[in-house]
Parts: sequence; structure tokens; C-alpha cells
Amino acid sequence: MSHHIVEVQDLTHTYPDGSAAVRGISFRIHHGESVAVVGANGAGKSTLLLHLNGYLTPQGGTVRIGDFPLTKATVRDIRKTVGMIFQDPDDQLFMPTVYDDVAFGPLNLGLPSEEIEIRVQQALVRTNTEHLRERPPYKLSGGEKRAVAIATVLAMSPDILVMDEPSSNLDPRARRSLIELLAGFHHTKIIATHDLDMVLDLCERTIVLHRGEVKADGPTVEIFNNAQLLMECRLEKPLSMQGCPVCGTSTSRV
Amino acid sequence: MAKIESAFFDLSYLDTLATGKTVIHRLDPRIKVLTAALFVICVVSFDKYVIAAMLPFALFLITIMGLGGIPAIYVMKKLALASPFAIMIGIFNPLLDQQIILHLGSMAVSGGWISFLSIVLRFCLTVTAMLVLIATTGFNSVCMALEKLGMPKIFAVQLLMLYRYIFVLIAEGQRMYRARAIRSFQKRRMDMKTFTHLVGQLLLRTIDRGQRIHQAMLCRGFDGTIRTRQTLRFTLRDLLVFCVCGILLIGMRRYNIANLLGQLFMEILS
Repeated sequence: MSHHIVEVQDLTHTYPDGSAAVRGISFRIHHGESVAVVGANGAGKSTLLLHLNGYLTPQGGTVRIGDFPLTKATVRDIRKTVGMIFQDPDDQLFMPTVYDDVAFGPLNLGLPSEEIEIRVQQALVRTNTEHLRERPPYKLSGGEKRAVAIATVLAMSPDILVMDEPSSNLDPRARRSLIELLAGFHHTKIIATHDLDMVLDLCERTIVLHRGEVKADGPTVEIFNNAQLLMECRLEKPLSMQGCPVCGTSTSRV
Repeated sequence: MAKIESAFFDLSYLDTLATGKTVIHRLDPRIKVLTAALFVICVVSFDKYVIAAMLPFALFLITIMGLGGIPAIYVMKKLALASPFAIMIGIFNPLLDQQIILHLGSMAVSGGWISFLSIVLRFCLTVTAMLVLIATTGFNSVCMALEKLGMPKIFAVQLLMLYRYIFVLIAEGQRMYRARAIRSFQKRRMDMKTFTHLVGQLLLRTIDRGQRIHQAMLCRGFDGTIRTRQTLRFTLRDLLVFCVCGILLIGMRRYNIANLLGQLFMEILS
């Protein structure tokens, strides 16, 4: 696959209880782009993400990942291409030790054991978690769990990373190391989050969802400077773009 | 809830013990599982009035605990916690079986008391054996060994998952219990209605989490079988240890060592 494009067209999804979570979303994300998906609670972010890794198949519209349209038949290939990082690392780390968890994906791909060893080692080194190798996941701290969850996905060598609230529940230092880690990746990144300051650091492009529709799609700084739009979508300017409450000066980011 | 909380920490403690590096820890898990199984079979197959012949088994266990560095206090606490089950099973024996079969000096002891003691002793031996097995091997390795020995994979995976998520479930339950406790003021006991809501809520959360876990597994290419790395290595030393333990256990089952020793002792005295 030479181009890791994510293309969503007129995607709709209605849950069995009748609530329309996604109502005609369209966008196109190119190779190597880093895109934030922001929006209020219930704007349809999570439902959208579930489509990107094939957990839900489109009820209306299409989703194309790389060269494949998302259908039941291509779902396995798509899951190889798209690495999904969940909001709660406890959901993602289900094996008895960190090593087993990171090896889970590569083992399912049917790789030879030397290759698995290499991939696990690389993923652990990349996320600075080699020292946790033999530890059981439930004994790790929140930040460590998150890093290991990312390692489990990296071991599959995906082209596209999809993340749901990667910075939630982290202390400031752990959040900072996460941002540094993500900034070092050259994958196509799609990040759903409420942490708009992180978006400023990581994503050059932002898609704003509001009630299941795309309200805005463009350069991050431009969108965050549109106060009217942010208010309509129940969002706020990132703190680092607001004036300092102590000295009253604004930072240079604007 | 304090009880559940402490049980939770005890579970982690069992894991900590399992990271030891003693002679016993280094043995192949399969050897330990098989030996423990043989031990349990030997102990439970004794006749119902047997007490003395079981004592060498206790000695065997104590030796292993010593070699494996398992603190006796910890094991005793666990035994005390589980003992009501064994006591409930045997408690009516002294009433039902009042035939005198033993005289200790001037005191007559009925068959019921003997069999009751025998049950309690069996319980202590078997439960301790299992605790020692897990404390020197680790729950995960025990599961892996069982699978290697022919237990269907699905059960092994089930056990592994159970062990992985019991911690999450307990934490979830604790949070809910605390949330109730801090808002119920003087009313210390939970009424039935609140309890059913709490348990129902916990079930729903569990189902939700199960779905998310399944989703996470699918994302990483899960196709119905869980593959784990194979790291078990069987050495000559393991085989030797197994043979020695096996012979020892069967010997202790076959011959009443305590009795033989007693006779020997009497002969020397006379």
C-alpha cells in the first residue's frame, strides 16, 4: 500500500434505540496527516472511530481505508492497517503479562517466532516500556498502561493510528511524555479528544463534529481562533491560546 | 467490604510470592501441577478414620514450603478463611457416628470425632497444597501447564481472563460500594433493594466491558483462538524431581510411615 488514505463519504449510523449518532459525515485524510476529531459529548466521535477499524460497518455511505472499501470481506486487512488505541487501557490489555499482550497481535498475524520477538522488543523500546516486559498489566500505573497499550498496537506495524482520548486520566508529566511519543510517529494519526491543547501540539488539521455532522474541517489554528464556531459546538479555546489569567498577556501561538 | 479489599491485596501477594527464584520456583510448572494432583489424590483416597498416616504428607508440604520460601502465617490465614466450608461438611459426624473406636487414656473417642478430624486434616493438606502450587508457580504458569497437559484451550483462556479481570471487577465493585457508603450516613446496612441495584449495575458494566475487550481483541486480529508463547522447557532435573516426589508420595500412601516409625521406636526402646 503506497498511500494510506482514509476516506469517509456520507457515513450514517443509527443505533438500535433510534438515536442517529452519525448523520452524513464526509472527509478525506491523506498519508502522514495528523488529524484531530473534536466535538462535545455525544457528537458522534466514538461511533465514527468504531467505523474506522471495522467494528461497525457503514449503514449508509462508504468508508475506504487505503485500497480497500470497508466491507465484511476486507475487515481483516483493514484491521491490519488501522491500529486502534482505546480510551480505557484496561480494555486493551487483557493478557496476563505485558509481553503476552504486545505479542498477541503479531501471533494472530501468524508471524514466525523470531519476528515476533523483534517486533515486541521494538514496540517496547519505542514506548520506553522494556522494563515492564514481564509485569502483569493490572499492576501498572495509568501512564504505563497507556504506553503499553500503544506498544500493543505498534507491534502490529499499522499504517494508521486511531486513538480515542489518548490523554485522558493522565498526570501532566505522563500526558507530556505521551504527546512527545505521538509526535515522534510518522503514521497517519486520527485522534478523538477533548484535550484541545494536545491537538495544538500534535495535529495540523482538525475536524469538528456537532450532532453527528461535520461542522468544520480545516487547519487547527484557524478553527481554534473562530470563537463563534467553538461556542456553537460546545467547545472552548485551548488554554494555551487564552490570555494568561495572572499577567494578562497572550501566548505567541495565536 | 473490608474483607474483599484485603482479599484483593492477598491475591497480589500470591503473585509476588510467585516471582521468587528458589529451587521450587525454578521447576517446570507441569511437574508441579502433576505432583500437586498426585498429592491431592493420595490424601483424599485415605480411609475415613485415617489420621496418623496423613501426617507424613504434612511434613512433605512443610518441606516444600520451607524450600519455596512461603510464609506459614500467610497460608494459615488463608486456611482459616476457608475452613468454615470443611467444618460444615464434617460437623455432624460426631453426632451421627458415636461408636467408640479409640481410647486415649481414660477418654473415649468416638468414630465421628476421628472422621471429623480426618476431614479437617484433609482439607488443610489439599488447600495448602494448592496455595503452595500457585505461590511457587504463578497462576498464569499453572494455566499454561494445564493446557500443555491436555486441558482444552478454551478453559485455560477462560481461567487466564478470569484472573486478569478479577482485579478490575473488584476495583469496580469497590468504587460502587464506596459511592453508596458515603451517601448512606447512619444507615449502615444495605437493604435488599439497593443491593439488587448495585449488583445489576455491576453486571451491566461487566457486559459493557466484555464488549469493549472483544472489540480490542478483534482490532488485533483475534480469530477465535488465543495464541500464547511457549516457554516451558522440560529438563532432566525436572524429570528426576518428579520421579522422586512421585515415589515418595505413593510410598507414603501405601505404607503407614508414622506407624512404622512408631514400631521401630518401640523396638529400639524394648
